[in-house]
Amino acid sequence: MTDAFPAALTGPTSKERKYDRQLRLWAATGQQALEDSHVLLVNSDGPLGQYNTGVTGVAGVETLKNLVLPGIGGFTIVDPAIVTESDLGVNFFLEGESLGKSRAEETCRLLKELNPDVEGYYYVKRVEELLTDPDFLPQHKLVIISGPMRRSTLVPLTQEAKQLGIPVLYLHSVGFFSTFSVQLPAEFPIVETHPDPESTQDLRLLNPWPELVAAAAGLNNLDTLDDHQHGHVPYLLLLLHFLEQWKHSHEGNAPSNYKEKTEFREFVRSQARTSNPEGGEENFDEAAAAVLKTITPFSLRSSIREIFEMDQCRQLSASSQDFWVIASAIKTFHASHGVLPLPGSLPDMKAQSADYVSLQNIYKTKARQDVEEVTATVRHLESQLQRQTPAIPDRDIEVFCKNAAHIKVVLGRDIPQISIDSDASTLKTIRNELGVPDSLIPIFIAMQILDSVVDEIQSSSREEERSVDDDALWNSHTERILALLTGADGSAVCQEARAQIARASKELRRAEGGELHNISSLTGGLVAQEALKVLTRQYGPLDNTCVFDGARSKSEMYRL
Amino acid sequence: MDVDSETPGAPESRIYVDQQGRWKHLYNVLSKRGPFTDDDWNPGPEPINALEHSKILGAGGLGCEILKNLALSGFKDIHVIDMDTIDISNLNRQFLFRQADIGKPKAEVAAAFVQKRVKGVNITPYVGKIQDKDEDYYMQFNIVVCGLDSIEARRWINSTLISMVDEDDPLSLKPLVDGGTEGFKGQARVILPSISSCIECQLDMHAPRPAVPLCTIATIPRQPQHCIEWAHQIAWQEKRKDDTFDNDNMEHISWIYNAAYERAQQFHIHGVTFQMTQGVVKNIIPAIASTNAVIAASTTSEVLKIATSCNPFLANYMMYAGEEGVYTYTFEAEKKPDCPVCGELARKMNVDPNMTLGEFIDSLGERAEAQLKKPSMRTEEKTLYQRFPPQLEEMSRPHLGKKLADLIEDGEEVAVSDPAYTTTFRFRLHFK
Ligand SMILES: [Zn+2]
Repeated sequence: MTDAFPAALTGPTSKERKYDRQLRLWAATGQQALEDSHVLLVNSDGPLGQYNTGVTGVAGVETLKNLVLPGIGGFTIVDPAIVTESDLGVNFFLEGESLGKSRAEETCRLLKELNPDVEGYYYVKRVEELLTDPDFLPQHKLVIISGPMRRSTLVPLTQEAKQLGIPVLYLHSVGFFSTFSVQLPAEFPIVETHPDPESTQDLRLLNPWPELVAAAAGLNNLDTLDDHQHGHVPYLLLLLHFLEQWKHSHEGNAPSNYKEKTEFREFVRSQARTSNPEGGEENFDEAAAAVLKTITPFSLRSSIREIFEMDQCRQLSASSQDFWVIASAIKTFHASHGVLPLPGSLPDMKAQSADYVSLQNIYKTKARQDVEEVTATVRHLESQLQRQTPAIPDRDIEVFCKNAAHIKVVLGRDIPQISIDSDASTLKTIRNELGVPDSLIPIFIAMQILDSVVDEIQSSSREEERSVDDDALWNSHTERILALLTGADGSAVCQEARAQIARASKELRRAEGGELHNISSLTGGLVAQEALKVLTRQYGPLDNTCVFDGARSKSEMYRL
Repeated sequence: MDVDSETPGAPESRIYVDQQGRWKHLYNVLSKRGPFTDDDWNPGPEPINALEHSKILGAGGLGCEILKNLALSGFKDIHVIDMDTIDISNLNRQFLFRQADIGKPKAEVAAAFVQKRVKGVNITPYVGKIQDKDEDYYMQFNIVVCGLDSIEARRWINSTLISMVDEDDPLSLKPLVDGGTEGFKGQARVILPSISSCIECQLDMHAPRPAVPLCTIATIPRQPQHCIEWAHQIAWQEKRKDDTFDNDNMEHISWIYNAAYERAQQFHIHGVTFQMTQGVVKNIIPAIASTNAVIAASTTSEVLKIATSCNPFLANYMMYAGEEGVYTYTFEAEKKPDCPVCGELARKMNVDPNMTLGEFIDSLGERAEAQLKKPSMRTEEKTLYQRFPPQLEEMSRPHLGKKLADLIEDGEEVAVSDPAYTTTFRFRLHFK
């Protein structure tokens, strides 16, 4: 039996078996991207005053756990802290014997146990020292930073990452609250966005190509078919057939508005045979159900039009990324045909096997032709641009064509901060959000106040005993942040908003800067999820800030 | 709320906050009032005591995360139930297991690992099904937290905990915290048995996937999955009926794959792969570490809040979807008066009076509001169909061919039982 199909019969490798449950989400290409990735975790930045060893870094370690398990290539932990007793009550990747040792070394050792395929390194230093080596940061595909972190470290780190095009995740987990933000490169294109299969159907019933028209024309004998054949005509062909009939009685026009479409739907339904034992036909039911969704002219989504209009797409250069070269070729395709390349997939429908397969082949063949046309344009562009990079792989062009209607370009933004040099739109969004009842933005603001408090403690040269729970510090930094949120018209933050911020600060201060394991574990899950999407370049990453409220069990996203 | 008020109770409770202590962070939070805590909550010794004296039961596929989180939430007495043994495909997310543990019982390996890592916690494993245990066993716990992967097990524990509630004994009410994941999605929910919306009230939110009609599988396959179903449901019965099919046996899966591949070639269908074969036959649901972490930690965070009252707990459902950014939706699912488990009234169900009883019984497996695979049923007057004992089965079998209209009145109530559950489900059948 084996001889009949030798190539197909090899079972899964042990690696495929280990990763089976995730390969079903991001496939071999996503897995390869993960394995090619080395992730940097900057997990603390030195003590916070005399009595506080600094950020406990549990959310950071939990994030790494969720990246080591699915098999990233490697990770590096930067953390100058020494393990204390209180670390053991909150961090699972430390053990009794870890006390007094380097936390970076111990967490690295215990994380590596999770997956022998992953390499782990550590530095018992502040990241500032490592950044003096210009070769350090470029080794990483992603930087994860556990806050709060003093600005004098955070800003140079995120700025250097930005210049290198390395994405950054900056997170906080304090008490019952957590927040995190993603800093993506200025343009971050995604081809494999994995839209809901229901929303991706593109069947071209209103602008069929000649082979599809011919297939539908074969149905002129519909009335002469026996009941079995009649009940197995694919609904797609039924719709094409009845559309032609409709057009004859409607001056050549297809149904174009809701009223006409519902009339057409009733017309289709009325054509089903009801004299059979079932009292109806499933394929006609499917046809009627599909009318509203499929009898729609092709229109380019505005998000795709925007991508076509971006400078990167209009002005290609020898150094343009592959994405933009293919996007430009697709734009040319759209300009000459008025549609995007056909994705070529067909939903399942009631039909005889052979009829379905031949209909499927009509779609697949057309999709293949479209890919060939786009590929030719891409090759032409490549030679015109005299690109030095390797030719764009055929597979990438094919995947792009399949997903053309759902590609996405995220316009990356800096890690948001409330400071004198904050982006004006960030401050405006925060101010507007403050007016929304039950908004979680007060938590983000409280976290910014904490950052600000920590910044002062860590930057102060005096050997003062000031804790992260110091009332005077909190009061002064709260006022400072609130002042920055004053409206353009000079209007101060209203009393209700101030009270909300005070409540968020109070909950935050319960923990005195410390982490709760549940919230850090949950946050580590959310942050890892974003890391996976960014590293595989699949699905849709956060744009750009998430706030989780563990006291009220809910979260919100903001573009700050 | 007066946010500037002093925190009563805080000063004396400071003695519990050993600044160098292991539980410094957790006890800090438990020793101070927050803006969302109840006015009559006393911070300090009370919640810390509650933590140390609560007995928590964890079960199911999220077990690794749940045990870790409970242990690091300061709970000292944790029990875990899991019937499964460790498989290679668990290693991408169930982080307490290593290559060398493959084949060992999950409950035991996980319990031993966490107990060794977190000093002072006691974890008692039980290798078996939750259905092995009776009410006496469940009565010893304060809270039950489940990350079960089967809807059947969820419904069983739900109805069991509801049936244990004794209005005169507040301790008989065991909060159930449930979590589940699929790919990048999941949900966490808190159920106060008999008080708030239960798993059964929410059953139609988790409708089963419609099955492919048998005639498609048998005669007109169009998709690679249809060929795999054919090999699994039909070819195996014909060619190897003496072997019990085991979906963990690689040789069995290979055989199905071969048969499906051959059938696909015959019908010119592309796309049958080994991975797909396994997925269809084992009904595999994609699973990753990060989603499991999110959902497991949501459930254990609620357990901590329920046990200590340090913040309000979830009322009562949070859904999470991570494909597109971070999306959560928190809402209060409704307690249904006609819930077959926690309600007083029979649930309404529309039926076709011309349907035979046999067809109706088969349809209950797929109907979102029932999802019962082996139902038996009776009206107040008579037995309609009874699977057990054999004599009764034989006696009631002729009813299967009769139309519903000939067996029951429009609007009549039927009591449905199923071997998978301890409760009886009541439905009021309306002819449509
Ligand atoms: Zn209920």
